[in-house]
Amino acid sequence: MTFKKIVTAAVAASLALPAVNADELKGRGASFPGPVYKAWTSDYFKATGKKVNYTPTGSGDGIKSITKRMVDFGGSDKPLKPGKLDKKKLYQFPTVVGSIVLAYNIDGVKDGELKLSRAAIDAIFTGKAKFWDDAVIAKDNAGLKLPHEPITVCVRADKSGTTFNFTYFLNKIDPTFKVSKKPTWTAAKVVAGKSNSGVTANIKQIKNAIGYIEYSYKLKTGLPAAQVENKEGHFITPTVKSFQDAAKYATWTPEKHFYAVIGDPDGATSYPIVAATFILLPREKTETNKEVTAFFDWAYKNDDKAAADLGYVPLPESTKEQIRKYWEAHKIK
Amino acid sequence: MGGKLFRNFSFLSATLSFFILVGIFAVLFTYAQDAMHTFGLDFLFNEQWEPGEDDEGGIFGGYIPIVGTLLSTVIAMVIAVPIAMGIAIFLTEIASVKVAKPVSISIELLAAIPSIIYGMWGLFYFAPIVQKTVGGNGVGLLTAGIVLAIMIIPFMAAITRDSMNTTPPVLKESAYAMGATKFDVIKDVVMPYSKGGIIGSVILALGRALGETMAVAFLIGSVMHLPKHITDPTTSIPVLLANNFAEAEDLELSSMYYLALILFVVSFVVISLAKFYFFGRKQR
Amino acid sequence: MNRLLLNKVILVLSTLSALIGIGFLFWILATLSYKGVTSIHWSTFTKDLVEGGIRNLLVGQFTMALIATVIAVPLGMMAGIYLREYGHGSKLASIIRNLSDVMMSAPSIVIGVFVFALLVDPVGTYNGWAGAVALAIMMIPIIISTTDNMLALVPQELREAGIALGGSKHKIILQVVIKAAKVGITTGILLSFARIIGETAPLLFTSANNQFFTMDLSGQFPSLTVSIYNLATYPDEASRNLAWAASFILTMIVLLINLFGRFVIRNKK
Repeated sequence: MTFKKIVTAAVAASLALPAVNADELKGRGASFPGPVYKAWTSDYFKATGKKVNYTPTGSGDGIKSITKRMVDFGGSDKPLKPGKLDKKKLYQFPTVVGSIVLAYNIDGVKDGELKLSRAAIDAIFTGKAKFWDDAVIAKDNAGLKLPHEPITVCVRADKSGTTFNFTYFLNKIDPTFKVSKKPTWTAAKVVAGKSNSGVTANIKQIKNAIGYIEYSYKLKTGLPAAQVENKEGHFITPTVKSFQDAAKYATWTPEKHFYAVIGDPDGATSYPIVAATFILLPREKTETNKEVTAFFDWAYKNDDKAAADLGYVPLPESTKEQIRKYWEAHKIK
Repeated sequence: MGGKLFRNFSFLSATLSFFILVGIFAVLFTYAQDAMHTFGLDFLFNEQWEPGEDDEGGIFGGYIPIVGTLLSTVIAMVIAVPIAMGIAIFLTEIASVKVAKPVSISIELLAAIPSIIYGMWGLFYFAPIVQKTVGGNGVGLLTAGIVLAIMIIPFMAAITRDSMNTTPPVLKESAYAMGATKFDVIKDVVMPYSKGGIIGSVILALGRALGETMAVAFLIGSVMHLPKHITDPTTSIPVLLANNFAEAEDLELSSMYYLALILFVVSFVVISLAKFYFFGRKQR
Repeated sequence: MNRLLLNKVILVLSTLSALIGIGFLFWILATLSYKGVTSIHWSTFTKDLVEGGIRNLLVGQFTMALIATVIAVPLGMMAGIYLREYGHGSKLASIIRNLSDVMMSAPSIVIGVFVFALLVDPVGTYNGWAGAVALAIMMIPIIISTTDNMLALVPQELREAGIALGGSKHKIILQVVIKAAKVGITTGILLSFARIIGETAPLLFTSANNQFFTMDLSGQFPSLTVSIYNLATYPDEASRNLAWAASFILTMIVLLINLFGRFVIRNKK
């Protein structure tokens, strides 16, 4: 009987294979640091044999998963305020700084050629500008032939820390824009994708689209990205250098669990849309927390290179030292 | 003694599908209570989907995903029904056995391809073509509907073919003997004879289209906007669940269960209709 | 004249429909094969997702589908046996038969949501058991229906002959009826296995995914289909190619099981 054989084989397979690896660390959340965490977990596994399984879904999922204690750590690029952390009984610390670029897909417009003023960005994402040759965009792009095609705005389908940081920047330009992980978009043509990956794929597949994604996603797909006007009125090309210049203005206070939104900083050479990404830990789980901090400590010490290669800005040594002290103070190192 | 045990176990197994169905309904209904109490039936007609501050509370309505689910299904059906009927007619009445057999197998294989493959292929190869030819974003209601149609065509064609094959050859032969054309035979003999089965297959395919997740998730645009144009992106119940169920909390999570319940009940009704009304109580 | 023209038009349109259907099959298979074959390396099979392969994903997906089979086959077959051999003709059997048919078409994402509420939420972690149960729930009605239909094809005389020889009912069922229907039932099991191994939606919130090799079903479990869903839109070429490779392998597995199933029917009947 063939089906008897199938059943026997199945039972044998499920019994014979030993249960291994119950001791891996599980994390879920932000997709903004997805590529760097992927590199870190892979390098950490190669170096130590220890397993960290991080699923880059979105910050909303990260906050929920850790609040409900479904994982060992959560990732979020929306920092939680100290009061919230107390209520949810969580610790929080930053891991890297990254930046959000405005990537586009317009025939004939190459990487870095498009200049977007603060007014233009506001007009595009609120729907005031409906076509690429709208005056507010064309004004700063005299040399470019922008098509009279409708703009498709690519946004996130999930609750996202990237969206939170991007709307934080939009709010600085236009205070009526609500800062949110998942705002209601008013532009005429909006397409949503799940996680940074989904948005990146949508921009790539849809002609005349623009969207906000983390820089490493642009780097890996080779999508063109715009120069963005910063606080002091300069158009800044997204480069590691301009991110570093921006990251310098971040201040970290361990007493507030490092709560900081660092977008739209000062400085003539700063790229304006930068953000830190954070790890959330459950306060009561001292033992797994120690393993999680050991992983990030390893990454801080040994793997700044992977972060830099992907276009993230590693935290400065002084901040890393603050974080280690924070771990020690809470007895999770 | 062993006979009784055997019989009882088989009886228990048989009642299992009943319990699973009731279980699904009961669980979804229980978890949806919060949303049902807060929004009642207005939920069906409210376009808003706005989580409150810090993900607590909020206002939720299922109108957009419900409309999106219905519209993408309608588009899929409009495309799929004529093509599937054509294929079934080709297989039963036109092609020689030599041709019909490999074509039949191909169609059945097409039905076996996992839906996620359709979604991926649709996003990377089909959506750009739609944008070029029809306009719009490439990703949207129309693209989702077309790929959904491609997915259900083989399924529908296979069942329709089986129904048409039940037509007794004697009936067809006597019609031909009276000088009827192939189309006459199809229209006046085959169709009336297998009408119940054909309508049933259409409704079954409809049920499948309503609940399809992966093929649509890549293609519908996932955005909470009411479509104004056929190429506009929107969302559907399965896609909203796939994207946002895991991250939802509190009242939003309950609203997700509410949506799942609505989808479950609607597809239950649709499929039951196909089963009881059109296929009849086939005595097997 | 008009009648004959209409006849031609309809025949041409029908043939065209068939061509469209076949056309899409070949279009999809061609893209899939091209992208898949060019992306498959030896290391695709030997490495785990964390190192850019799908070994753990294949093992994980098969494990969940096999456990689902182990759960669904006995239950589904016994239910099918009840419907055909014991309850045949009774009102209860006809109700159950219809409910089971309805369940066969229940939206798979809803089954995922249901199992999440039942086996993930209370446990507090996504786990492989939940994934297997979700797949089993999809499989049970298919097995019931197959068993029921295949037993119906077994000639009544066989059962009567068994009774005449003095066999008890359950022995006749086990030793005579099932034996006579075994080819059909095996095919049904194979086809339903092929169906569930390609499922994604029921696994999204049940097993979730794991980038490492694991056999521990009490935690997040590696899934080939969920990985394809995630990898398909990844920004780097390597991940997207891996998604194509995985899709190609999955489709080949599904199609081969299907072809094998049909082959079994044809040669043993």
